[in-house]
Amino acid sequence: MAELQFREAIKAAIDEEMAKDEKVLVMGEEVAEYNGAYKTTEGLLDKYGYKRVIDTPISELGFAGIGVGAAMNGLRPIVEFMTFNFAVLAADQIINHASKVKYMTGGQINCPIVFRGPNASAGQLGATHSVAYDSMYAHFPGLKVIYTSEPDDAKGLLKSAIRDDNPVLFMESEQMYGLKGEVSDEEDYIIPIGKGKIKREGSDVTLVAHGKMYHLAVKAAEQLAKDGVECEIIDPRTVKPLDLPMIIESIKKTNRCVLLDEAHPFGGLAAEVGFLIQREAFDYLDAPVQRVTLPDVCAPFAKNLFDLWYPSVKQVVDAVNQVTYRN
Amino acid sequence: MAIKIEMPKLSDTMEEGVIAKWNVKEGDKISAGDIIAEVETDKATMDVEAFDDGTLLKIIPQEGDAVPLGGLIAVIGEEGEDISDILDGEGGSSESSSSDDSEKENSDKKEAKSEDKEEKSEESKSEAKSEKNTESSSDDGRVKASPLAKKMAEDKGIDISSVKGSGPEGRIVKKDIEDFKEGSSSGSGLSKPSSSTAASKSFESLESKEVKVSQMRKVIARRLSESKFTNPHFYETIDIDMKAAMAARSSMNEANDVKISFNDIVVKACAIALTRHQAVNSSWHDDIIKEHGDVHVAVAVAIDEGLMTPVITHADKKGLSEISSETRELAGLARDRKLQPEQMEGSTFTISNLGMFGIEEFTAIINPPNACILAVGAIRDVPVVEDGAIVPGKRMKVTLSSDHRIVDGAKAAQFLNTVKNLLENPLSMLL
Repeated sequence: MAELQFREAIKAAIDEEMAKDEKVLVMGEEVAEYNGAYKTTEGLLDKYGYKRVIDTPISELGFAGIGVGAAMNGLRPIVEFMTFNFAVLAADQIINHASKVKYMTGGQINCPIVFRGPNASAGQLGATHSVAYDSMYAHFPGLKVIYTSEPDDAKGLLKSAIRDDNPVLFMESEQMYGLKGEVSDEEDYIIPIGKGKIKREGSDVTLVAHGKMYHLAVKAAEQLAKDGVECEIIDPRTVKPLDLPMIIESIKKTNRCVLLDEAHPFGGLAAEVGFLIQREAFDYLDAPVQRVTLPDVCAPFAKNLFDLWYPSVKQVVDAVNQVTYRN
Repeated sequence: MAIKIEMPKLSDTMEEGVIAKWNVKEGDKISAGDIIAEVETDKATMDVEAFDDGTLLKIIPQEGDAVPLGGLIAVIGEEGEDISDILDGEGGSSESSSSDDSEKENSDKKEAKSEDKEEKSEESKSEAKSEKNTESSSDDGRVKASPLAKKMAEDKGIDISSVKGSGPEGRIVKKDIEDFKEGSSSGSGLSKPSSSTAASKSFESLESKEVKVSQMRKVIARRLSESKFTNPHFYETIDIDMKAAMAARSSMNEANDVKISFNDIVVKACAIALTRHQAVNSSWHDDIIKEHGDVHVAVAVAIDEGLMTPVITHADKKGLSEISSETRELAGLARDRKLQPEQMEGSTFTISNLGMFGIEEFTAIINPPNACILAVGAIRDVPVVEDGAIVPGKRMKVTLSSDHRIVDGAKAAQFLNTVKNLLENPLSMLL
């Protein structure tokens, strides 16, 4: 096991796949000469050259479209967005073209493309730079969505995403690029898409948390353990397809569940997972499923308001107390 | 002025009620129409309604306590009012505050119970209509429990309505089921020992314990002892060829949505036979014998805690489908303990069937105030002699228990022969 930063794990995944398959290429703003806005493509231009590591203009719709066209013609592009907040400009290419081309050609044309970049809030960045898009893209058939929390998951799943013959949205976080973690040094380390991971075992409540929310869940679990409440934490890692069986199995054991989601509540991932749980585990629930999400309000800029807006450890602890009838 | 709330008569046969749950506490303001308590009677758990406005000054019996009919259960009045008179009265000789006359009237009424049966069932019918029958432990008639708690209670055989909920708005949660102790329920004592508590499944040993006698069991004990020790029973058994009835049943069930059971056919045959033998359709009332003009057949239904006898009214005038669907519905209500008192009253004859358990024949105890009860056995495959040859046959034994004060041996035999003829020639039931 090697300890890597999140950005190093991502770079390693891209590097390994580029070395393995010459059809893999990287494109996006500042990915080449500048070595990536977050240094996730550092050294790749030197290693693979201008044909496979391509700087683009600030034109998300344009370069996403070039990527979709390249994928339809047999290449395997990795398109980096400086943040998924900017990918909204490319939504037509992602939602209307990448997700549907295989369906509309009756399976004749694949679109093996990875769109990746940071997702959701990264502190005081204002309303337009703080949105979590994973559940929005997960809404559309034909797209796979991954939002990992730790370097090891990022490496194994990004390699799977690059090899997948479907469009995959691979989400990261500006606030996690420096996060260090043990990464498997197994050769050609792959984590299958759609497999969650029980990252903490517990008997009293199941916390489902992915992306940055996973780290919030860990803090809440540590605090609750002091009060004798043992949380089981499941990181689904892949948002879609979701590892529902793992969640249901856990709830059959704990009988209670709190969902953590970095998105707004209405129609969000937590809403969908909550629905699935009540359908699949109804007889095992001892309390209504609770969720901790952003409020139905745009991101504020002011520090005091931001702190109220963003999900907190206290909210998670309160929700756990509620489902365990401890309040 | 303070008003006494007394244990109401919530069913025809009720003599005492157990307070299952208080919905109010001392000091609460209550209005006429509020459901202040739930009372477990011999038949069901029923609501007690307040008929006056005021402040609840005193609750006498605690949850789980049994109170005789007319016994003081609560006092309402104005806040701060002195009610020591009423309470002293209660503590001394019972009902000393009521006048001698009314007391006498009460006891007269009790003694005269069987005489004015018809009249009283009218009374209790109107009572039952104004009271809602409920098994719940919550205000709005629902048991609030988490899905898990419900499932656990079912698995462990715990009656969830006897569990007290600790969650929000009294929701019963996992912990409440886990902490639930046998016998901690409000006197119903019906919980079964949990199998999961036994360490070894293959060598489970039984635990000795005392089970509190439920209201229902008390009634069964009292009424059946009374019947068996008072009514001079005698028994007559007849063997019936069921071949034709079986054939008729299969062809009816092919054509009909409602599936007819053998019991339904027996009910129908008895109902018709009762119209021809009115002595069997009678009741003993010391000076007179009432020969009933209507035929109401009660059917014994086994439930976990005992048995109930829902009544198919006017069974002689009902078709088999109607008897079948009505029996099924009433049996379902009986199992859920949701039978209304009027659905259990007024029977003129009773049928008890243990055929489904393979019982060949048995004798039943008469269900008062009926004159007779028919015990129905299983249909057996037996060799029979027809035209000098042994052929496979279908036979069913039925045993009629009769009260010799009303019915004599020959009359009982004639009735049984009519039943036999009807069952052996099912088409004749159409006549």
